[in-house]
Amino acid sequence: MSRLFKASVIENRQVIKNHFLLTLHPLDNIGKPRPGNFFMISVDNCLDPLLKRPFSIHRWLGRDFQILYRVAGKGTSILSNRKPGDTLEIIGPLGNAFPSLRSNNKIIMVAGGLGIAPILGLAETINKYRPLCFYGARTHEELLCIDELISLGIEPVISTDDGSLGEKGNIVDVLKKYLSSQLPPPPRFCLYACGPGPMLIALSDLAKTFNLKGYIALEQNMACGLGTCLGCVVNTTDGYKRVCREGPVFPINEVIWE
Amino acid sequence: MNLTTNLGKLKLKNPVMTASGTFGYGKEYSEFIDLNNLGAIVVKGISLKPMKGNPDPRICETPCGMLNAIGLQNAGLKEFIKQQLPYLRNFNTKIIVNILGTSINEYIELAENLEAAGVDAIELNVSCPNVKKGGIVFGTDIKIFEELIRDVRRRTRLPLITKLSPNTADIKLFAKAAEDAGSDIISLINTITGMSINIKTRRSRLANITGGLSGPAIRPVAVRMVWECFKTVKVPIIGMGGIISAEDAIEFILAGASAVAVGTANFVNPIATLDILEGIKSFMSGNNIKSLKELTGTVKC
Ligand SMILES: Cc1cc2nc3c(=O)[nH]c(=O)nc-3n(C[C@H](O)[C@H](O)[C@H](O)COP(=O)(O)OP(=O)(O)OC[C@H]3O[C@@H](n4cnc5c(N)ncnc54)[C@H](O)[C@@H]3O)c2cc1C
Ligand SMILES: Cc1cc2nc3c(=O)[nH]c(=O)nc-3n(C[C@H](O)[C@H](O)[C@H](O)COP(=O)(O)O)c2cc1C
Ligand code: FES
Repeated sequence: MSRLFKASVIENRQVIKNHFLLTLHPLDNIGKPRPGNFFMISVDNCLDPLLKRPFSIHRWLGRDFQILYRVAGKGTSILSNRKPGDTLEIIGPLGNAFPSLRSNNKIIMVAGGLGIAPILGLAETINKYRPLCFYGARTHEELLCIDELISLGIEPVISTDDGSLGEKGNIVDVLKKYLSSQLPPPPRFCLYACGPGPMLIALSDLAKTFNLKGYIALEQNMACGLGTCLGCVVNTTDGYKRVCREGPVFPINEVIWE
Repeated sequence: MNLTTNLGKLKLKNPVMTASGTFGYGKEYSEFIDLNNLGAIVVKGISLKPMKGNPDPRICETPCGMLNAIGLQNAGLKEFIKQQLPYLRNFNTKIIVNILGTSINEYIELAENLEAAGVDAIELNVSCPNVKKGGIVFGTDIKIFEELIRDVRRRTRLPLITKLSPNTADIKLFAKAAEDAGSDIISLINTITGMSINIKTRRSRLANITGGLSGPAIRPVAVRMVWECFKTVKVPIIGMGGIISAEDAIEFILAGASAVAVGTANFVNPIATLDILEGIKSFMSGNNIKSLKELTGTVKC
């Protein structure tokens, strides 16, 4: 078993404009990824782009696994053109994972946009605890995994920026309303979140206001994914920490936003 | 086939080493390669006191390369000797420590302590472009550059490598100065200062604004500089800058390098060093080359 392996593309399907679901079949035995872990994927064997790209584990299918990604630039654009049967070089699983919860906590999963990628995988492992799920996107088309969540017995609270589905506005405001409506003493909520920077910042403020615990999955530019280049750090109350190694999942109150 | 590589009194089992700052302290890579097979491990730059490094973002990718402004983050000499060195000592390979300081005395203290701790060689990082008070001054002002090397030379018996910065008008002058001041070996090149701007935000893509460019993008510059230095000095040269394949390594050797260091390629492919070593071996057997000495500096001009 090695964390450096090759995988063949089973399917690389466009789900909506610019968003793809990639199913990979590892050609060697790999370790079972935990929700929050990520893989460094070589989109092509070329000099530009040079570095591997980090992607969260979306779903683990026993041996095959899935990545849900958005075309953001050159690397992901090349990736979106890879065909079934192509082989990709990959390192992983890497990083830490969402911590297993204590039973007396009520989990609230919060996903913004493609932040659903790791959150769905998390939902699959914790749905027995009946977590709540708050899920926002720009428009209803970009709400990607609603059916999957429902089939796990999780009815997500939804918002869209344009109001095309669910509440109009951002998901942190929706969550705030929900929390404010809870009569004291509130259940012991714990947030598990992934999404764009502004959402995570708003969520950190919310966690402070309501004195909630929580964990957030962060992104940062990466070169090695292994902890050696020291390029992927974020500032925390305990100094700079590597997103690829001490993260990508951090306690929400530990991250210092600039 | 003889792969042993003599860099003056520093004897390596083969010519492939790691470039400082791209291999951590070895541990992370031991999962992928047998560290015993490396010619040498050059560890991340060490300073006397811990350094916390630069704010993020610290890296970004550019065509065929990357910019970094790590800011020399490291846990400091004491931690290195206590936490990292004992692990590295488990392997049958040379351990070379890259050091950096803000004064000559700091370099001396580092060298003396590391000699006492039993490392195999010292690499003077006089060329890191990131910390304003540090490297850039020593690496670009030839007078204090010479003074630094001379003073460290007097205080250690370890093989002394001076790592040259490409960010000078004429690298040959620094190569010569390093040799004259008693450096046993020179290594080059460190990263080339660069900058990349996000045109949407109109901000630099690095918090530090500028960073050091590495990777295949800098290889032709590095090969040229190795060739110029080879013609100027007699001390052996460790060549680096954008090496990702055995062919690249051989290019450096033809230009005048006696050994090569692999940097950014470790990020792309964690087994790059040993892939390159294997490639060098097959090049040698394919071309009936008994020892790399036959090749060093033999580019036809
Ligand atoms: C731990 C982790 C998990 C991730 N999981 C996913 C995922 O599940 N699905 C998904 O679509 N994306 C994910 N990303 C982001 C993804 O890695 C980037 O979108 C991708 O690297 C962009 O590559 P590119 O060559 O297409 O874009 P580039 O041309 O390199 O850049 C395009 C844009 O993407 C940004 N970018 C580049 N690299 C990164 C990066 N490493 N992280 C964040 N932004 C970056 C750049 O700043 C730029 O704005 C994850 C990132 C991290 C660090
Ligand atoms: C992330 C990173 C960190 C580096 N840190 C150091 C360092 O601490 N000391 C040093 O002398 N060089 C450092 N370097 C420079 C490399 O050792 C090497 O000289 C340079 O990257 C060129 O080689 P490459 O193109 O193979 O990477 C660093 C390079 C990178 C990319
Ligand atoms: S990506 Fe290199 S240390 Fe995290």
